[in-house]
This record gives sequence, structure tokens and C-alpha cells, in this order.
Amino acid sequence: MNLTLKVWRQNGPTATGNFETYEATDVKDEMSFLEMLDLVNETLIEDGKEPITFDSDCREGICGTCGLMINGQAHGPQKGTATCQLHMRKFHDGETITIEPWRAAAFPIRKDLMVDRSAFDAIIESGGFITSDTGGGRDANEILIPKAAADTAMDAAACIGCGACVAACPNGAAQLFTSAKLAHLNLLPQGQAERWKRTEDMVETMEMFFGSCTNYGECQEACPKEIPIDFIAMMNRDFLKSKIKNRKLQGQR
Amino acid sequence: MSTITLDSKIPSGPIEERWESHKFNMKLVNPANKRKFTVLVVGTGLAGAAAAATLAQLGYQVKCFTFHDSPRRAHSIAAQGGINGAKNYKNDGDSIHRLFYDTVKGGDFRSRESNVHRLAEVSVSIIDQCVSQGVPFAREYGGLLDNRSFGGAQVSRTFYARGQTGQQLLLGAYQALMQQVSLGRVEMHTKTELLDVVTKDGVAAGIVTRDLLTGDVQSWAGHATLLCTGGYGNAFYLSTNAMASNVTAAWRAHKKGALFANPCYTQIHPTCIPASDEFQSKLTLMSESLRNDGRIWVPSKFDDNRAPQDIPENDRDYFLERKYPAFGNLAPRDIASRNAKQVVDEGRGVGPIKNGVYLDFAESIDRLGEETVFERYGNLFDMYERITDENPMKMPMRIYPASHYTMGGLWVDYNLMTNIPGLYALGEANFSDHGANRLGASALMQGLADGYFVAPNTVADYLSGLLGKTPVTTEDPVFTESINTVQDETRRWIGVGGTKSPEYYHRELGKIVWDYCGMARDRNGLEKALSEIPALREEFEKNVRVLGDPDGVNQSLEKVGRVADFFELGELMCRDALMREESCGGHFRVEHQTEEGEAKRDDENYSFVGAWEWEGNGTAATLHKEPLVFETVKPVERSYK
Amino acid sequence: MTATKEPPALTPDISSPMIRKANRRNTFAIIDLYKSSVGKKWIMALTGIMLMGFVLVHMLGNLKMYVGAEDFDQYAEFLRKLLYPIIPETGVLWIFRLGLLAAFGLHIQSAYALTRINSKARPINYQSPRDYVAVNWAARTMRWSGVIVGLFLVWHLADLTWGWANPDFVYGNPYANVVASLERAPIAALYIIANIALGFHLYHGAWSIFQSVGSMSAQFNPRHNPIRRGFAAGFAILVAGVNITFPIAVLTGVVG
Ligand SMILES: Cc1cc2nc3c(=O)[nH]c(=O)nc-3n(C[C@H](O)[C@H](O)[C@H](O)COP(=O)(O)OP(=O)(O)OC[C@H]3O[C@@H](n4cnc5c(N)ncnc54)[C@H](O)[C@@H]3O)c2cc1C
Ligand code: HEM
Ligand code: HEM
Ligand code: SF4
Ligand code: F3S
Ligand code: FES
Repeated sequence: MNLTLKVWRQNGPTATGNFETYEATDVKDEMSFLEMLDLVNETLIEDGKEPITFDSDCREGICGTCGLMINGQAHGPQKGTATCQLHMRKFHDGETITIEPWRAAAFPIRKDLMVDRSAFDAIIESGGFITSDTGGGRDANEILIPKAAADTAMDAAACIGCGACVAACPNGAAQLFTSAKLAHLNLLPQGQAERWKRTEDMVETMEMFFGSCTNYGECQEACPKEIPIDFIAMMNRDFLKSKIKNRKLQGQR
Repeated sequence: MSTITLDSKIPSGPIEERWESHKFNMKLVNPANKRKFTVLVVGTGLAGAAAAATLAQLGYQVKCFTFHDSPRRAHSIAAQGGINGAKNYKNDGDSIHRLFYDTVKGGDFRSRESNVHRLAEVSVSIIDQCVSQGVPFAREYGGLLDNRSFGGAQVSRTFYARGQTGQQLLLGAYQALMQQVSLGRVEMHTKTELLDVVTKDGVAAGIVTRDLLTGDVQSWAGHATLLCTGGYGNAFYLSTNAMASNVTAAWRAHKKGALFANPCYTQIHPTCIPASDEFQSKLTLMSESLRNDGRIWVPSKFDDNRAPQDIPENDRDYFLERKYPAFGNLAPRDIASRNAKQVVDEGRGVGPIKNGVYLDFAESIDRLGEETVFERYGNLFDMYERITDENPMKMPMRIYPASHYTMGGLWVDYNLMTNIPGLYALGEANFSDHGANRLGASALMQGLADGYFVAPNTVADYLSGLLGKTPVTTEDPVFTESINTVQDETRRWIGVGGTKSPEYYHRELGKIVWDYCGMARDRNGLEKALSEIPALREEFEKNVRVLGDPDGVNQSLEKVGRVADFFELGELMCRDALMREESCGGHFRVEHQTEEGEAKRDDENYSFVGAWEWEGNGTAATLHKEPLVFETVKPVERSYK
Repeated sequence: MTATKEPPALTPDISSPMIRKANRRNTFAIIDLYKSSVGKKWIMALTGIMLMGFVLVHMLGNLKMYVGAEDFDQYAEFLRKLLYPIIPETGVLWIFRLGLLAAFGLHIQSAYALTRINSKARPINYQSPRDYVAVNWAARTMRWSGVIVGLFLVWHLADLTWGWANPDFVYGNPYANVVASLERAPIAALYIIANIALGFHLYHGAWSIFQSVGSMSAQFNPRHNPIRRGFAAGFAILVAGVNITFPIAVLTGVVG
């Protein structure tokens, strides 16, 4: 199939960008979206034009490096699918596809379609861990975790840190990402000791970079791991508790 | 020629006690002195993140580097299946000794017994460590940890977190690392690629890096440098590795004198989705755990074009079950892969371009019910369907082998130090624990063992000897020289002004390496490759085209240097494969096989580690041999019948 | 098309202790809570619930209109004399009024602050059209529907409580005031429009409160989600729907 691409080109973080139009010819159904862009890039190089900069690495939907706004949808039209796992059979011959980078103040554009998502690392840095220095753990089976709870923690932990939630959210909020990490750690027995401190640290760090949530639910639709917004609800609740609990009396009910 | 002697520094004594007594005999660094040492950790995969976090917890000053935009994106994230741990929670006869035994045997008697035993011992602590960090391993209803058996093992010792074990383990290590960053003990440098290892008087002094956002070339001095930079499977171009995985760090160290061991030991994974055409940029692995409940078959007849459902039982050839009744579909990776290649080469392959075999769940669905099967493999099935548009609950999957793991790597001693003092290699970047073939769920184990438990101890021993000595600073001419070389080298590519992209040459190189140094190798092919690679390389040097600016984001420029290193490595892989006149594990020389077509080892002549020394461009590398001694597990023919 | 605004400042150096410093907290948790946007959401939700309570009760009270002028006026009288004589006349009413006024003020202040935060979070908008999947029209227009209701309210008070906007206003005679006011078609139309806006505001708002106060029911309690959608739709339709009948009833002479 043949396609027309409108791709955002921007030479650096402070440059002004614009859409350039390219023709992608002879695209096959089985190609992934990024392979289609690879193809365009090879022809660009042969024509002596600078190839389009875009991020990707694993191309299996797990590393979270890729991420494009495709026709106004983060990661494109297929639900639960990262850009690298999107295949061209979802498009049709003659279609015009518009490709933009993620846009958010906290995700400055580095070049073309590549953005900087370090703000996510800052959120994790502020509290997204369970303190457990190497070698100090007990026998793994001494901690019992009911299967259902372990599964829910895993649902949350599946987040790949791609930033699609922020990109899709009309408010540029990182609630889904932050709440997923909080839910993963706050749901496990191992995570209880630091629960309230973690929650307030991560939420407050998140707010230094991102917008706020008005429960639009776009993030959940864009998330390649289909992380539900329930975790946002859980975060809201935990955040309030973090402010009103007296941690010196934490064992007290 | 040099005077390198390979001292593996293996401790003496009974194998079970070696690591414990070695730990006791090693020197410690006083807590107050730890602050005075800077350790450079390159790579933030399981090995790197675990090492950086642990060293920082102990009190060292750590500087950590990765070319990814976040430490969490290292390729360890992609591991699906699981991690082994000799916990024997299932009471099925597992033990440290059995894991040790299985790994030595699985490695086809080409690994170091002592290292493997240490790995098996430490595996137990890894699981404890990960659980206490909050890794959400799968659980049983009672709340205990669940285990499964995994490619090539007869016991259930594999811990897993859905199909995302690597991701969860890496996130655990990454989170521990980020905590140390927040405490100011780790200085994290993302989007920073190592381009040279700097030595002074034969001792590691630090590294030179390029900032991938600004193009700045910078130098970093450290008392010790740990390379945790992953494997080189992308030498085949098509592999299950991530697009950016490369050999550059290890290779630049090699060019500075570090020996590169066993480059021809590469693992081909049996269960990947077959390529659909030439434009394919990478192959996707389907977890091997699928082989627990899936049956592998091809039509018995040639050119059977019926749909799989329409082929009756007696026209199907379940070739693994037929040939290896004891292990059946769970036969080790190399055996499963080679047999798949064999039936496809015979012309019995399936799929549109007849390049796959079936992996069929129909029987398990009958036996266990759709729900159970979907519960176990649902996310893998979804992934498969996204790529191929076929639903494995209705149609058998199509699979074919692909390059997946590289057992070879930088030569290291028992302490994980390369032959350059102060330079360490951890994780997939070293050669040490898997011999000629790696068992499933063992790479994650090794990466974490090296990072959490081995290196933090052995590095201390080395550092304790440096107390009171002034370290080399980045003002030293060795650093400025290296910076200049790196800068010139990088800029040179932009001046070439050819016509083809670096990607193109990578693909062409990959075809040669895959064809002649892939699943089956022979002398003719390897010799041919050894003449084709340099020829292609010459064309590449003259005709590659890199556009854009060296000072800023330039993905072609990043790529071209990596491809150049793959050219040199590809040659060494073929040279190593040619040298090794035997078949063992992942290295299958067609000339050396039993009558049944199995790998035939030559223990008399080839029971050694082949470590190569760089002799400069255009000159063949020199081979150094480290003999392997088997005291505990006696080499036998690896039989999985 | 080119970006029109200045590009944003790059993200601060994430490895710096800046972040930890910025996290220094106030002794009073409530102030921290108010400073944070998650806390502001709590305030929006709690004040939202109060406002919802008011519009519901107000709507029910207004239903007395259908019973007759006397009942309606008595009801107004009853409100003024709540707990009288323990508490002076209109005392309780004023307590309610102050509570509502505070809730209203906080609700608007939070809405304003959050809107500011959100527009800063994406200073340069997408340059191509978005294709929304989940967001409905009601959710997208919360700020507009809110402002319309707010402006209406000012008018409404001027009209029926203070009487400035109502030439025929007679203090203590609400029934007649309502009729006098709503008899004028443009005013009736205004009431209808405002109530439609209120309906939309509540359609998203009454669903949204559950999420804001941490009820995990979108997926983990799937049976619960239709209930909360249904509640929001029902509440919005009930309040706005009944309210709209009043101007219509006056216009058509059913009440008058
Ligand atoms: C698809 C797939 C599935 C797998 N499944 C399993 C499994 O189920 N069980 C199992 O045990 N093993 C599995 N493996 C193998 C295992 O994942 C890897 O061997 C292991 O994770 C390697 O870890 P590492 O830390 O050594 O390297 P990596 O995780 O590859 O990390 C390398 C790091 O080095 C950095 N780096 C590299 N070069 C440079 C440079 N020049 N400058 C700066 N930084 C650099 C990278 O940025 C990265 O951070 C799988 C592998 C693949 C590809
Ligand atoms: C000037 C007047 C008003 C403005 C500007 C306003 C604005 C807003 C905004 C911006 C929101 C957040 C949207 C969201 O969370 O999705 C909101 C939520 C809400 N509003 Fe209003 N509003 C106003 C009046 C009212 C009134 C009069 C009521 C009640 C009858 C009300 C009830 C609610 C409710 C229940 C919510 C949901 C709270 C939550 O999500 O937690 N609002 N309002
Ligand atoms: C058509 C619908 C409505 C009618 C007929 C109506 C009627 C009235 C009347 C008659 C009063 C005066 C009561 C008195 O002074 O004793 C009043 C007061 C008031 N109304 Fe309404 N109203 C309507 C809709 C609304 C709506 C939608 C809101 C809020 C968003 C609202 C908010 C108020 C407020 C705040 C007061 C003042 C209460 C007080 O005295 O403290 N009304 N209304
Ligand atoms: S929550 Fe989903 S969309 Fe957001 S970063 Fe994680 S995986 Fe990506
Ligand atoms: S889209 Fe945005 S508004 Fe909230 S529910 Fe998701 S973060
Ligand atoms: S490239 Fe890794 S998730 Fe898409």
C-alpha cells in the first residue's frame, strides 16, 4: 500500500518545528509501524536528506522507548498496543497519517519525534522503591501474598514507562504512571513500611512536572498495558491518608 | 605477541566451599574508606543496575552510564520466561548441586565448574532479595511462590512474573538504583555511550563517553570500571535483541587489551516468530515456557498445503517427541533449534514462506480447558496475534529459531575481572558461566548474581589494594589522547559521504554471519565468511552515508560506530568457530556430529576457553587457551534421549 | 504550521537535590493537601458533594410550587425559621448559606488553580487534531458548564433572593417572585440553559467524585461501574430535568 505521512520535524529542543510531508510507497501489511518509518528513513538517506529521529529499542512493547502520536492518538489506533507493536494492517491504502511527538512541558522535544521523559525517573527516584539493601531479605516464602493481591500488584507493575498516559491526557497529567507504581508497591506487604511516605513523596514530585487529573480516562485508553484508572483512585485515597495518618502510631488501627 | 597468562584465580578446596572461603579470604574496605573510591558502572541492565545499587549501598561513589534514556530501558527488560533459583520449594528433588550439575551439563562442559557452583549457591539469595524489593512473582492461592519447569529442566525451579520476569526484576534493580541516586550516592548519566576504555600502564583508569543528546565527548576516571553492557546477538542483525543492543563497549575494551572469549558460542532460541520478509527489523521471542504446554510438529509429508487443523494426527510429525522421548518438547534450546532447522531445510516448513514449525496448544486446551491455557499464556498469545494476526487458541503458532543470547564475551577470572586490572565484566557481557550453551532462565540469574552478590565482594578486594595510591585523573594525557581519537573517529563517518545507510550494511553483515556462523557451521562456509566480511567492510568504510550534525542527536552516527564494531566482531566469531573443530552446545560444526546428527564434542583437544587477543586491524587475533578442569561433574555425552 | 509559543524550559536536572528540597513540608498537613493538586481534587469533590446536596434539596423544595403558593411560601418561611426560637430567625439558614458559600468559593478557586496548572503542563498544544477515545463532551466542558452555572447563580440571587433584577420583587413572597420572573420568556430561557449546563456538569461531576475520593470501581469492581455511571446520569437528569419543568410550567401557565 502507499501512504502519505505528515511528520513533525524539529531540529532541537528550542527550534521551531513543522510538519513535513513524505510518501511511503510499497508498504506491506505485515510491517510494523516503525519498520515503515525505517523504510522511509532509508529512502531519505539515499536522497541525501536527514532521516527522521524517533525512539525505539525492544520493538516488543516492553521497554517503553517508543511512542508517537499517530492520527491524534497516543500509540495509534490499536488498544493496548505500543507504537512498535502496531502493524500496518491497521491502515489502508492511500491514507494520510499524521505523526507528532508526545507533547508536555515535562517531556521536552529533543529532536523530531524524540522526547525526554526523565521526569518519570525523577518520580521513581523520589520514592518508587522498597528500601531493601542487598542481602537483607528474609526467605522469599516467609512473606505470604494472596494470589489475587499479587496479581493486582502485577497488573500495576506492568507499566512500561512509555509516557503515553501523559501524552494522551488533555491535562498532561502523569497520574496513571505514578499511581501504577504506587499501587504496585503499596499493595504488597513488603511495601507497607514506607507506604505513606512513598505516596506523598511521589505525588508531590509528580506535581512538580505534570498537570492534574480531572478523570478523563484517556490515559487508560492509550496505555499499552491497559492499566486501569482505578489505580488513580487508589492513589487519591492513599494521598489523603498519607496526610492524615500519624505515622508514629502506624500499627494502631 | 604478548605475554598474557590466563590466571582464572579459582580458589582451591571442595567446590561447595570455594565461594565462602574466597569471600573470607578477600580483603575488605573499611566503611570510612569506601567513600574514597569511585567505581564506574557502564550499563544498567540486571547486572549493571544491581551492581551500581549494591556498591552505592555499601558506600562507594558510583558513577553509572547507559546509552538509554532511562536506566529502566536496558534490554533485560525484555526477558519473558523466568529466573532459576535452587529453592526446592516444590520438593521435587532440586538442590544447589542439581542446579549446578544441570548448568554444567547444559553448557556442554565448556564452562568453569567453580563459577557455575557459585551461581547456583547465590541463586537462592537472589530470589529472597527480589521478593523483599517487591518483585511481584507469581503466587499460588495459599500465597506461596509459584514455580514452573523451564526449557531443559526436569524440576520446577523457575520463578516468574507473568510473561514479564525480566521487566519485573529489572524494575526492582532500577528502583534500588534510583533510590541510591536520590541519596546522592550514584551519579546517573543517561544517554551517554561508552566509546573507549582508558588504561594507564595496563591498568584500567576510566572511560570516555559521548553524550548522545549534545555530542559532547567526555572522560571519567574511576578506581574500577564495571562493564555490564549486555550481549552481542545483534551481530546477526536479526535477533531477539533490542535495536540498540551492541558490542561496542566490550569491543572497545577488547581493542584496549581485554581478551574476548568464546565469541562463537551463540544461542539460537527455538521459539521465535518467523520473519515475514526482508524489511523485518528484529525478531520477536515467544517465551520458551510455551513449550511446557505446546506440542511442536510439522506435516510428515512434503508440500502438505492443508490448513493445520485439517492435517490428521497420523500425517503429523511431532519430531521432538519422536526423537527425544524423555524430554520431548522440552529438549534444550540448541537441540530444539537444530531440529527445527532440519525439518525446515528438508522442505517441511510451514507458513506462507515455509520458514516455521507449528507449536500447537489444541491438546492442552482439551486437557486443561481454554481458561487455564489462556491464564498461563494469554499475554504471549496476544502478542503473537498482534504481530501475525492469527489466534493461537484457534490456530497453532508458527515458530522458528532466532539468535537470542551470546555465551561468549569478555574473558574474566573468578573475580569477574578481565585481564586488565580494574576492569570488570558482568552479566551477558562476560563469558563465564554458561559454557557453550545457556539453559533457560539462567541469564537473569547470572546477571543478578554478578551484580548483587559477586562483584560487590570481589571489587572490594581489588580496591583495598589501591588505598593510599593516587588515582589517574582525567587531566592525564591518556584521557586527552583517547578523547581526541574518539572525536576524530566520530567525525570521520560524517565525511564519508557514501550512498547507503548504516542499517543497510548491518543487514548485509548479519546475513553473512547468520548464514555461515549461525545454527550450523562448516569449514567452507566459515572460510567464505572470513573473506566476505572484510570485503563488505571495505565497501562499508567507503560507501556508508551518515548525514546530520555530530553535535547533537544523530541516530545514524550512533549506529555507524556500532556497525563498525560488529564487522570486526563478526570476523572474530567466524575465526573462533573455525578454530573450534568440534561441536558443543550452541556451536554446531557440521563436520563433527554423531551418526544421529547430535553434537560431537572433542574433550581431548577442545576442553578449553578460547580467549582472543586483539592484534590490530587487519591482523588475525591471537588465541590464548584456558584449560577447563572438571572435578565434580564428569563430562559425558550430553544426551537428552 | 509552526509552534506559536516559546518552547518550555527543559526539565530540571533530575539528579539534583532540588527535588528533595522542594518536598519540604508544612507542619499542617491540610496546607500541604491544599497545595497539592491531588488535594485540590479532594476539595473539589467534597465541595462538589455539598453543592450536589444543595441542588437536590433545592430542587425538591421547589417542587412545592406544584402544590400551591401557600405551601411554597410556607416552606420558605420554614427554612428561615429552622430551629427557631433556639436560634434567631434565619440563623440556621445563614449557617447553611455560609457553608455553601465557602464550598462554592473553594470549588471555584480549586477549579481555577487546576486549570492553570493544566495549561502550564502542556504549553504547546498538539498541532494536529486529537482523536479522543474516552473523553465525552460533558467532561471536556466542565469548566464552561461550571462558569455558566456560576454566572447564572449570581443572576439568580439578584433575581429571586435580593430582587435587584426583578422589578416585581416582593420580599418574603417567593412564589409570586418566581412567577413574575419566569413569566418573561427570555428569563425562562436563561433558566433552562443554565440547568442544561448544570446537568452536563453533574453528568461528569457525579461520576467523577467516586474516582476522586478513591473508589476503585472502574475495573476492579466491574459491577460497580455501571452503578456509578447510572447514579451520575440519574442525578443529573433528575435535578436538571425537574428544574427545567419550573420555567416551562410558569410559561405554560400550569403554575401561576
Ligand atoms: C527477548 C529475550 C528474552 C529473554 N528471556 C530470558 C529469560 O526468560 N530468562 C533468562 O534468564 N534470560 C533471558 N534472556 C537473557 C537475558 O535477558 C539477558 O542475558 C540479560 O538480561 C542481560 O543482562 P545484562 O545486564 O547483562 O545486559 P543488558 O540488560 O542488555 O544491559 C546492557 C546495558 O548496557 C548499556 N550499554 C551497552 N553498551 C553501552 C555503551 N557502549 N555505553 C553505555 N552503556 C552501554 C545499555 O544501555 C544497557 O543499560 C532473554 C533475552 C532476550 C533478548
Ligand atoms: C462557577 C461554578 C463552577 C465551576 C467553575 C465548576 C468547575 C468545576 C470543575 C473544573 C470541575 C472539575 C472537573 C472534573 O473533575 O472533571 C468540577 C467538578 C465538579 N463540580 Fe463544579 N463547578 C462549578 C459549580 C458547580 C456546582 C454548582 C456544582 C453542584 C451542583 C458542581 C458540582 C461539581 C461536582 C460534583 C464535581 C466533581 C468533583 C470531582 O471530580 O471530584 N460544580 N467543577
Ligand atoms: C428553575 C429552577 C429554580 C428555581 C425555580 C429556583 C427558585 C429559587 C427561589 C424561589 C429562591 C428564593 C428562596 C427564598 O429567597 O426564600 C431561590 C434561591 C436560591 N437558589 Fe434557586 N431556583 C432554581 C434553580 C437554582 C439552581 C440551578 C441553583 C444552583 C446552581 C440555585 C441556587 C439558589 C441559591 C444559592 C439560592 C439562595 C438560597 C438562600 O436564600 O440562601 N437555584 N431559588
Ligand atoms: S501507565 Fe501505561 S501509558 Fe503510562 S507510562 Fe505506564 S505503560 Fe505507558
Ligand atoms: S487522561 Fe488525564 S485527566 Fe486523569 S484519568 Fe487520565 S490522567
Ligand atoms: S520499542 Fe520497546 S516498547 Fe516499543
